[in-house]
Order: sequence, then C-alpha cells, then structure tokens
Amino acid sequence: MVAADSEGSKDPGARMFRRERSIPLRGSAAALCNNLSVLQLPVRNLTHFGVVHGPSAQLLSFAPEGLPLAQRQLHAKEGAGVSPPLITQVHWCVLPFRVLLVLTSHRGIQMFESDGSIMVYWHALDSGDASPVQAVFARGIAASGHFICVGTWSGRVLVFDIPAKGPNIVLSEELAGHQTPITDIATDPAQGQDCVADMVTADDSGLLCVWRSGPEFKLLTRIPGFGVPCPSVQLWQGTVAAGYGNGQVRLYEASTGTLHVQINAHARAICALDLAPELLSAAEDTFVHIWKLSRSPESVSIEVEHCHGECVPDTQVCGARFCDPSGSSFAVTGYDLAEILRFSSM
Amino acid sequence: MSVRTLPLLFLNLGGEMLYILDQRLRAQNVPGDKARKVLNDIVSTMFNRKFMEELFKPQELYSKKALRTVYDRLAHASIIRLNQASMDKLYDLMTVAFKYQVLMCPRPKDVLLVTFNHLDAIKGLIRDSPAILNQVDETFQQLTEVYGGLSAGEFQLIRQTLLIFFQDLHIRVSIFLKDRVQNSNGRFVLPVSGPVPWGTEVPGLIRMFNSKGEEVKTVEFKHGGNYVAAPKEGSFELYGDRVLKLGTNMYSVNRPVETHMSGASKNLASQTQESIAPNPLAKEELNFLARLLGGMETKKPSDPEARFRLNLFATEEEEEQAALTRPEELSYEVINIQATQDQQRSEELARIMGEFEITDAPRQSASKGDDLLAMMDEL
Repeated sequence: MVAADSEGSKDPGARMFRRERSIPLRGSAAALCNNLSVLQLPVRNLTHFGVVHGPSAQLLSFAPEGLPLAQRQLHAKEGAGVSPPLITQVHWCVLPFRVLLVLTSHRGIQMFESDGSIMVYWHALDSGDASPVQAVFARGIAASGHFICVGTWSGRVLVFDIPAKGPNIVLSEELAGHQTPITDIATDPAQGQDCVADMVTADDSGLLCVWRSGPEFKLLTRIPGFGVPCPSVQLWQGTVAAGYGNGQVRLYEASTGTLHVQINAHARAICALDLAPELLSAAEDTFVHIWKLSRSPESVSIEVEHCHGECVPDTQVCGARFCDPSGSSFAVTGYDLAEILRFSSM
Repeated sequence: MSVRTLPLLFLNLGGEMLYILDQRLRAQNVPGDKARKVLNDIVSTMFNRKFMEELFKPQELYSKKALRTVYDRLAHASIIRLNQASMDKLYDLMTVAFKYQVLMCPRPKDVLLVTFNHLDAIKGLIRDSPAILNQVDETFQQLTEVYGGLSAGEFQLIRQTLLIFFQDLHIRVSIFLKDRVQNSNGRFVLPVSGPVPWGTEVPGLIRMFNSKGEEVKTVEFKHGGNYVAAPKEGSFELYGDRVLKLGTNMYSVNRPVETHMSGASKNLASQTQESIAPNPLAKEELNFLARLLGGMETKKPSDPEARFRLNLFATEEEEEQAALTRPEELSYEVINIQATQDQQRSEELARIMGEFEITDAPRQSASKGDDLLAMMDEL
C-alpha cells in the first residue's frame, strides 16, 4: 500500500502510515455504511472490533502483538416474518458506568454486555404505519450521557435510558425531526459545559438535525441536505463533520448550521467517518483520507489540511475507524473482504 | 433489506442469460430460424404480463438456489436443452457479470441504466417480433413507474441489498481475467481513474468559508486518483444514450466463456456453513417459486424433434468433466422441476402449497418444508 502523497512529506501536516498485519474475519464484511466499530480498552491493552457480515455480526478481541484472542458471532433475533433478518449495524456504546454493545437489524434493536455474551435488552420495531414497499429497520447508534439513541427507517430516533447496571432499560423518548430513514448518529465525546449541542442525527435525504441531550432532548438546528444521502456523521467540539453520497465532506458549526468547509474528498459515496482528533474519511472509491482540523483562536472558522491518503486496492471500503485516542493507527473493512486491514503511523 | 430489488435482479440476470445463449447458439452454428425461435420464446416468457405482475410485487430476495430454478425453467421454456453442468455454468456467468455491473455503478441509481442497457439489447435480439417488442416496452414503462421517482437513499438500499445477495461470489470468468476486469483471485479490479459519477465533483479541493458564507480560502490536495469530470448524464427515457457501458453485451465478439471453480476456495468457511445449516426458508422459497412459475406460461413445442441440446462448453467431454469436478460447496442443489408438463406441474405445485398452508404450525414448518422438497424430487 503506497501512501498517496508521499512526495509531500516535507509538508508539516503530512503523515506516513505503514500496513500492519490484517486480522482475519470468519465472514466477509457486508456492503453497509459505518461497518466497523472499535472499542479501545487501553487498561487491558485490548482492542475490540465489530463487523457486520449480513445475517450475523462478528466480534473480535485483539491484543496488539498477538493473534485475535476471542471471537463471537451474534445473530439478529428472529421476530415475526420468515426471512433471516439482516443486521444493519453493530456499535459499542460507552456510557458513564458501563459499556453496552448495540446491534440493529430489520427486526429491532438488541443490547448486549460489551463482550456480546448476554443480551440485556430487546426492542422489536413497530412496522405499523409502513407501506408494503418500505423496508423496516433500525440503523444509527450512539451513546449520549446515560442514554443510547438509535435511529429507525421512519426517521424517528429512539432514546433509551440506561441504568448503571442491570437490564432495566427503558425507552424514554422518540425524537421526531427526520422524515426519511436515519443513516447515522454521532455524539460529542468531549461534552464539555460549553458544548450545548452534543448530538447530531443524519438521514437518507442528507438532512442533519443537531440536538441537546437531557432528560428531554431538544432540537437546536436543522441543516438541510442537497439531494444526496448523508451516510456518516461525526461531532467534535461544536463542529459537525458530515460525509455525503456524492463524495463530499462538509464541516458545519453545530449550534448555527453555518457551513465552514466543503471538501471534494472522494470520487464515490462516503461510507465512514471518524474523529480522533483528526478526521478520517473512507469511501467506496477505495480511498481513506485523514484530515487535520484546527480552529484559529481569533476567527470562528475552521481550517482543514490533508494529512494522508491511503488507497486500499480493489476494495470498496465499508468501514473505517481510528484504533487509538491519538489517531496514530486506523482499521478498515471492505465489501467481500474477510479481514480487517490495519495501518499505523510511522 | 429493500423489497423492490427482485425486478432489477431478475431482468439484468435474464439479460446476461440471453447474451450468453445468443453467443452459444452462434458458436454451435445453430440455423438462424431455430436460434431466433429460442430467443423469442425465452424473451416472450420472461416478459409475460402475468409473470411481470408477480415479479414487481414488493418482496424480499430469496436465495441464489431458488432464483436459479426460475432461470432453469426459463431456459427450458424454449426448444433448447441444457444439462446440469451447462446450466450451472450459465448461472455462474450471469451472476458474476451482474455482480460486476452493480459494483461498478458510479451512482446507485445507475443500476437502472444498466437494466435499460439490457432491455435495449434484448429488443435488438428480437427485433422482428413486434408483439414481443411491445411486451418489453411495457416492462420498460413499469420500471420507470416504479423506480423513476425513487430517491438516492432508496437506490443506495437497493444496491446494498444486491451486494449482500452477491457477497462472497468469486468465480473467475476468463473473459474478465483477459480484460483485466477481474484479478486472478476472483476479486474485481476497481479503477481509481476515469469520470466521476454524475453529481460528484472531481476530488482534490478544500473550500473554506467565513461565518457570512463567503469563500475565504481554497486549497488543493493530492487525492491519489486520476479522475475527470463526468461528460453527461445517461438517459432514462425509452430511447436515449445511456452513456454507461455496463449491461451492454460483452459477448458480441466471439469469445470463449470459461469459468474457474477453484477461485472460490478462500471463503469456503462461510459458504459451507450456509449450505450445511438446515434451510428454514425452504417453504417460503417454494411458495415464491410456485407463484413465479405459475405466472410463466410456457408452450409445448409442437414437434418434439425440434428440441436440441445447447452446450456451454467447447466440447461434450469438457461438459462431462465440469460436472464431475464441480466443487461440492458450489453445487446449487437444484430443485428438479422437470421441464415437461410445465403448466400442469405448477398448478399441482400451487395446489400442494395450498393444502399445506391451512394446517401450518410454526414449529412444524421446517419439517413440512423438508417433506415438500422430498415430494417435489419425486415428481
């Protein structure tokens, strides 16, 4: 794998990455968006990976120098209906007192203990007012304080109140703001006192809704789409980063919805974004790009610098995440690929 | 996933099937009138109104196995005979070709243009039969009605559904290997050059704005590819320049169509798991088949002598060899619905389904499905 802009190594922003040993998967990754979840456990020097294969999802535990330590396959819970339900997303939610693994499918929402060993909660989707031509599913998962928010096909976002321990999970609210299926939800990991806006939801029409969490969630701003889906979204210190179906990445001011930056980043639909403090974008064009974001102290605007471009040959990327808090390593999944590719900074 | 995927899947695979049969008919020097009859019979069965009605009903996709049975039946709606080895190869070629086309679509919506390319070519194959041409045009109308107004998000879901259907299929096709469209490991080559999709900008530009919305800085970056702007959008009208080449006939130049079975071994684990596990879908799949095949009106040929065998391989020996050496995990385990007494058979099938429906209890459905399968094998 050749770094795309290795000639630019004199540029202070540019970084070099090398390919590490891949992690084999039991089943190939499905052509979904945001199809890689990573849980970092620095205390135990472990990293958990979660990838959706189709009707099953695979969880792996990985220690940096060794082979994968543990593996588990999860299946979507069968509900009413006869076809094997497909999983849309698997994602770890880090809450103040516990970590839960959430799995969304065409039947409903399952929540497990973080190693996937015990299911603690099941919510069946209500397909009541769906027309026969509409696909019914849950998609989009994020933790916000002691809540877990999950998106649905109708545009509704379900807010679950999670106790510090035990299975007594309650659906506390349903947020209305979207009319088309939710694609992704992001929450601000920083969540400082001056962060009023701490959650953003995205949908198939490209519409973004910015919320303030609380006992009741409040809709702060709407950022309209422009005819293409927004499959992936991130939130960092009051900035919304959104990846679109036409390969663009846009950065907005979360509280006002003002557009700060527009990047013609990819030649195909974007499938994943991550923030760590750098921005990572991955798309079906086989490329993964890393961008440095900075806010100048005087001005309110944001500066973006391209740091690195990685081509994953002949692979339609479907998931990408940073693997450590400083963003010095990242992992990638691709459609039909039965391994997780890893890259780390040199 | 999406419940609107089946018509696109069926029509595109059907189109590929016609391209391959047309090529084999010419390679085997079948007389012009016989060859035309084969294609006419298949196309008119495929685009039969009752069949199309069933096809366009919102429904989930069934397994590759169930779908293959429909094509087996379709091929035998004409005067050709295909034995299992040839039918397997035909289906392999069809599925690999369409998987490639879906993967390469610049925009999810472009799968509709691929479908229109297939329909345009089908019309070319049967151009001397106005009645059948009319059927194809009607289907075109139906496609426009159903898909013309779908959003980019809905097309993205259709694309994802199709890709899940084709997941882990890595059969290597020699025409693809020669054209460097497929690697020797069966994975498709994804070029990082050429025109971007319609509606996408060429990557390489970062534009920064101030709070008033004024552009204050523009920076270029090296994105690693070699892309150019899209020249124009393909036409979604009944007649028009589709621009996209995906879905056009790549067999029109007389080239042999070999496949290599061994390329699939890498993902053996996931494939064997699926074929070993008992299929809880059996009964639903049979229902689906009964509905679709019930809608297929097939005519018995007046002269039984008129039927002839078509071979997808260069020689009979190759065909025999292929049947013997086909890896276990790639066998389609075809539900053998015999081609004779078609109409009667499908009615029988539907009646049998009806009988089982009434007394259905969830726990027993799996075993009932097995009984049904066993019964069908005896038919």
